[in-house]
Amino acid sequence: MPQFSAPQILTANDLLSGEVVYHTKTGAWSCRHKDAAIFDQPNPAADCLKEIIQNDASVVSPYLVRALPMHFREAFRAAGPSNRFIGKQAGHT
Amino acid sequence: MYNYTVFDKDFVATRAAQFRDQVQRRIEGTLTEDEFKPLRLMNGLYLLLHAYMLRVAIPYGTLNSQQMRALADIADKWDKGYAHFSTRQNVQFHWPKLRDVPDILEALAAVHMHAIQTSGACIRSVTADHFAGAAADELSDPRPTAELVRQWSTDHPEFAFLPRKFKIAVSGSPQDRAVTKFHDIGLRLVQDATGAPGYEVSVGGGLGRTPMVGKVLRGFLPRADLLPYLEAILQVYNLIGRRDNKYKARIKITLHEHGLEDIRQQVEASFSLQRARFDGTDQDILARIEADFMLPAYKTAPISAFERQLANDPSFRAFSETNLHPHKNPDYAIVTVSLKAHGATPGDASSAQMRVLAEIAARWSHDELRVSHEQNIILPHVHKGDLPEVYKALQAAGLATANIGLISDLIACPGMDYCDLATARSTIVAQSIALRFEALKQEHTIGPLKIKISGCINACGHHHAGHIGILGLEKAGVESYQITLGGDGSQNATIGKPTGKGFSSDEIVPAIERLIEAYLLLRHSASEAFLTTYRRLGPAPFKAALYSAKERKNEL
Ligand code: SF4
Repeated sequence: MPQFSAPQILTANDLLSGEVVYHTKTGAWSCRHKDAAIFDQPNPAADCLKEIIQNDASVVSPYLVRALPMHFREAFRAAGPSNRFIGKQAGHT
Repeated sequence: MYNYTVFDKDFVATRAAQFRDQVQRRIEGTLTEDEFKPLRLMNGLYLLLHAYMLRVAIPYGTLNSQQMRALADIADKWDKGYAHFSTRQNVQFHWPKLRDVPDILEALAAVHMHAIQTSGACIRSVTADHFAGAAADELSDPRPTAELVRQWSTDHPEFAFLPRKFKIAVSGSPQDRAVTKFHDIGLRLVQDATGAPGYEVSVGGGLGRTPMVGKVLRGFLPRADLLPYLEAILQVYNLIGRRDNKYKARIKITLHEHGLEDIRQQVEASFSLQRARFDGTDQDILARIEADFMLPAYKTAPISAFERQLANDPSFRAFSETNLHPHKNPDYAIVTVSLKAHGATPGDASSAQMRVLAEIAARWSHDELRVSHEQNIILPHVHKGDLPEVYKALQAAGLATANIGLISDLIACPGMDYCDLATARSTIVAQSIALRFEALKQEHTIGPLKIKISGCINACGHHHAGHIGILGLEKAGVESYQITLGGDGSQNATIGKPTGKGFSSDEIVPAIERLIEAYLLLRHSASEAFLTTYRRLGPAPFKAALYSAKERKNEL
């Protein structure tokens, strides 16, 4: 497990649509990056990930990622492809 | 074209039905993702950055108008109205939903297509020269061989779990347009001194992390020995190929570690056992396949309309100069349709464009289309007298860009705009270079040049084989682009050499511009292509154009 160096968010892809989703405060998944719950501490983050891996079959490949600054890969995941205006940035799912 | 037999039809229909059941079980939760993933990959279904991606096989890049229309329908009904033609002569849909994929596979099966073996550690969809069966310089059509290899390798029980993926390419011309030397096995159709047909078999070529040029294992393999010889190579590889480290698992590393002579001995030993198992049935099948690839019934008609248009229309003349290739029949031409309109994503076609291509193929190209590994679409058999009309139809669909073989005809993998393995974007670089040189109005002055761009070290964009290669990496949290020079994917296969430190996304286009400025000053004449100048002078003057004296000193 990578070292916990900064606040993190939990993200995955939705099983049915494949869409990028974010784990929210209520425990639901949102397709909007701004809804992501932020973990300030490593243990709750790791526990939440573990719980999802074990019990949440609605998503695929969940992982924790630094909340800010956003890595450019995460920025593309949050917005959609940069070569076509057809992802989340266009309000599409 | 090859016509599916009852066996083929049953096979793909059964696979589609099986996958429907597997998807259902995954959605219900009786299959975990760990259990489901290998099953979906076997059916070409990946999960990329934003969505699932379905990779559909177009064996040896050949398809007919009905198949192209079906792909357009899939793009409209289950995707976002376009498709991406890849450097493996396949087509990819980047936005399918899991529930819809079984329906897509059924729609594909209805037109004799599938997504089998487009992923996984198996023998992948076989590729071939995209001008096969049409090129004037061709010795013999590579597609019957490619189809035989496809049938032999599909669901081959012994080779379903190889150490790593395995790619076979076939070429039938002295001009190698199928990049055979960069495949796990490259087959070139040749003749021996008596004129008997056979193959030159190269092994261990590949790009990726450790690029290698394939080495000739057999200079001449008699035609009837092909399948037992392939069995022998695959058996040896399956047995001694490394499974402990996926970066060392391709046959190129096996060959490198064991040496050509050792591998040759092992293959020959295995071959002598295999040969007896083949009783000639494969050759009967090959003969039947060949009947499916008979030359179309060419028409005899005047070509005066073509000549008139050439004389009167400069844009048609420019298109004819770059996008036509000599056909076996002097009254015909091979038309390459560029999927690289300046600023477009290389390899992408809208569903409307795909329908236009299908229509043109049905009317004017004996119902045939090809996908090239350079991410263009080929109309292989167009009578010259029909070219003005074909050109008009292409123009109306935004498909008449006259840039084949020029700087803007660059190839680029999907990169970080789609691919989960990417370390940087590649399409944006392709788009920016194309737009820049279009604005400079320089591409015809520059002449033949192949730029190839990959979004990570896996090299799906063949960057090592580009005259100029660009590899997107991540450096200190930002995209960084490394340039290689002197690569060549032809029969003179060469691996490009890195120039030095990478360039940021803002710097990469100006860097390419400096390279081109240097080339234009250095070339002997307008007829000396970039690669020739590079080979004559070596990297030094190009590095001088790329880097300051201080940067070059630090490199030493
Ligand atoms: S080269 Fe890398 S980024 Fe490009 S398609 Fe292949 S794996 Fe993805």
